[in-house]
Amino acid sequence: MSSLTIKDLRKSYGPVEVLTDINLEAESGEFIALVGPSGCGKSTLLSIIAGLESVTSGEVRIEERVVNNDAPKDRDIAMVFQSYALYPTMTVRENMTFGMECRNVPKPEQKETVERVADLLQIGPLLDRKPSQLSGGQRQRVAMGRALVRDPKLFLFDEPLSNLDAKLRIEMRSEIKKLHQRVGKTTVYVTHDQVEAMTLASRIAVMFKGVLQQYDTPKEIYERPRNKFVAGFMGSPTMNFLDAKVVADGDGLGLTIDGGDGGVLPLPTEKAAGVKPGQAVIFGVRPEHFNPVHAHRGDPTARLKVLVDMVEPTGSETILMSSVAGQSVVASVEPDDAPREGEAVELAINMAKICLFDPATELRIS
Amino acid sequence: MAEAATHQEFDPLATGGTRRRITSKGIVYGALGLFALIYLAPLMIILLNTLRPLDDIVRTGFIALPEAETMSLKYWAEAWGTFCIGGTCEGVSRFYKNSLMMTIPATVLSTMFGLLNGYILSKWRFRYDGVIFGLITLGVFMPQQMTLLPWAFVLGKLGLSNSIAGLVFVHTIQGISFTTLFCRNYFVSIPDDLIKAARIDGAGFWRIFRRIILPLSPPIVIVTVIWQFTGIWNEFLFGTVFTSGANQPITSAIVAFSGSGTGERHYNVEAAAVIMAAIPPLIIYVLGGKYFVRGLTQGAVK
Ligand SMILES: Nc1ncnc2c1ncn2[C@@H]1O[C@H](COP(=O)(O)OP(=O)(O)OP(=O)(O)O)[C@@H](O)[C@H]1O
Ligand SMILES: [Mg+2]
Repeated sequence: MSSLTIKDLRKSYGPVEVLTDINLEAESGEFIALVGPSGCGKSTLLSIIAGLESVTSGEVRIEERVVNNDAPKDRDIAMVFQSYALYPTMTVRENMTFGMECRNVPKPEQKETVERVADLLQIGPLLDRKPSQLSGGQRQRVAMGRALVRDPKLFLFDEPLSNLDAKLRIEMRSEIKKLHQRVGKTTVYVTHDQVEAMTLASRIAVMFKGVLQQYDTPKEIYERPRNKFVAGFMGSPTMNFLDAKVVADGDGLGLTIDGGDGGVLPLPTEKAAGVKPGQAVIFGVRPEHFNPVHAHRGDPTARLKVLVDMVEPTGSETILMSSVAGQSVVASVEPDDAPREGEAVELAINMAKICLFDPATELRIS
Repeated sequence: MAEAATHQEFDPLATGGTRRRITSKGIVYGALGLFALIYLAPLMIILLNTLRPLDDIVRTGFIALPEAETMSLKYWAEAWGTFCIGGTCEGVSRFYKNSLMMTIPATVLSTMFGLLNGYILSKWRFRYDGVIFGLITLGVFMPQQMTLLPWAFVLGKLGLSNSIAGLVFVHTIQGISFTTLFCRNYFVSIPDDLIKAARIDGAGFWRIFRRIILPLSPPIVIVTVIWQFTGIWNEFLFGTVFTSGANQPITSAIVAFSGSGTGERHYNVEAAAVIMAAIPPLIIYVLGGKYFVRGLTQGAVK
């Protein structure tokens, strides 16, 4: 059963359309991530689901009921804000009971619920403090606690971790994941951090300029992005895009890099479907699908000679900033295999994992 | 406070050599002391005159110290309770009561309306709210004299001419311009997310006002209360024009008795009355003054 359905949704502020034809649905218990660059309309979409913004046209259903005209309080949702939005003059306990108080939940039940949730989130000792006396991570927990006390149909998160430092963010990320597994509620989670989306979500909705680009499982989004934007947005360092041309290569087809030395990269048959010799394409390779030839991974017949401009060791991997015929190529390799700056090396490409895009429409061909 | 440990005040007088330091300190204290003296001299003179008998004032003039053997507090008592104004010998006490009856309700009402207006204009945005806010705050810049005639007309129509209730009404409405301006500008710094969170929690317009906005409001309430109380208490144009006789607030009454009458002037009694009239705003300011600046400069949520 789907617990959230969004159909042909549009939203404009005056003449400016910020959301165009959004279609989404979430199965009961699913964890949906909305990702996209700043200003693409993620928060607006979330506010519309919450009932804090009206729709211009289209439909929002929560558990099959159209809620377009329902007030936020009648939608049975809970939301965690980026700013946490804790009521500054109330204690943690009062913050958590405020919603129940508004819904006339009896006092003993309020107390019981607060204690249960405080246990779950380990915020018991903080219950009598004011938000200003809490650390960022603690505030984050309290904000989640406030959402958890109400047992809603839908959880909404708007970039809940973006105000935390890197280490805490990773901790809280796995905590949210555990929590979701435990509570099992349908969740819509806005983030601009694609790693968060990949690790948490059962499905990811990638948005750009108010348009839903792709809605799919993390694996599909990563391996079979629908277009160049999705391919470039998901993954870090970002996918390389090289201008190339399809050429005949023996029985099959291959690629030559524009302006390169004419070397042919043979295309596997499944990637060659849909292109013909002479066709211009954008050749997309993720950094991790490059390897120094001597390291013997990937297809050793597909080799690209690059000039290494800069080497950035991160510890677990080493990023090579390099170029081929004026087009930049970023590769990530094992630290032990890394060449030195200024060196010209041959990189083997794992051709089974590459993507080809149409230069005009930017849609993925194969 | 918290910053104190990490923040060292810059003290320009603490730099340079010892001699330079002493001279510069001398100049600064000397100049500021002089200005303070000039500013406070009238208060001192008036205060001293309340203790002196009339013949002493007439003989030696305003500026003199009270003589030990003749000085007395009885002029205060006279000013409060027995002095004759306009044929009634009850002193200024009844006008004092008028002023309180006018100032307290008008302050409370205008502050309440200001809080409500500010809340609506900052958190429940609607079409043309900016225009309405602009119109309300236009009242801040409107000269009082300009409103005299329209008010006289309105009070007449409402049957509130020559009454304290009428003055309360006028001051409440006039005051809403200021209080709305203050409160709205204060409330815009309260994050909208709080309101959104409360709406999702199921709180409505009034509950959000009561439970979220009002608890954040004390700094701005102090500002509007000080502003309104001192403004309304000290105001005398409306009082003089719209009321007369026993219904006047104290400011108008003092103007009336010191300006009227052909008999001799009771400078000492007048001086005591003037100081009495100045006390309530002073008390308010002393109690709340330090919050006044804080309320004006600080946002709602740190
Ligand atoms: N009240 C409004 N009036 C006009 N335009 C608005 C309004 N609110 C948002 N927008 C516009 O809608 C677009 C989407 O905003 P939104 O806040 O949804 O972005 P976002 O994807 O959440 O970005 P971020 O990652 O920065 O939070 C932006 O271009 C923004 O300027
Ligand atoms: Mg946002």
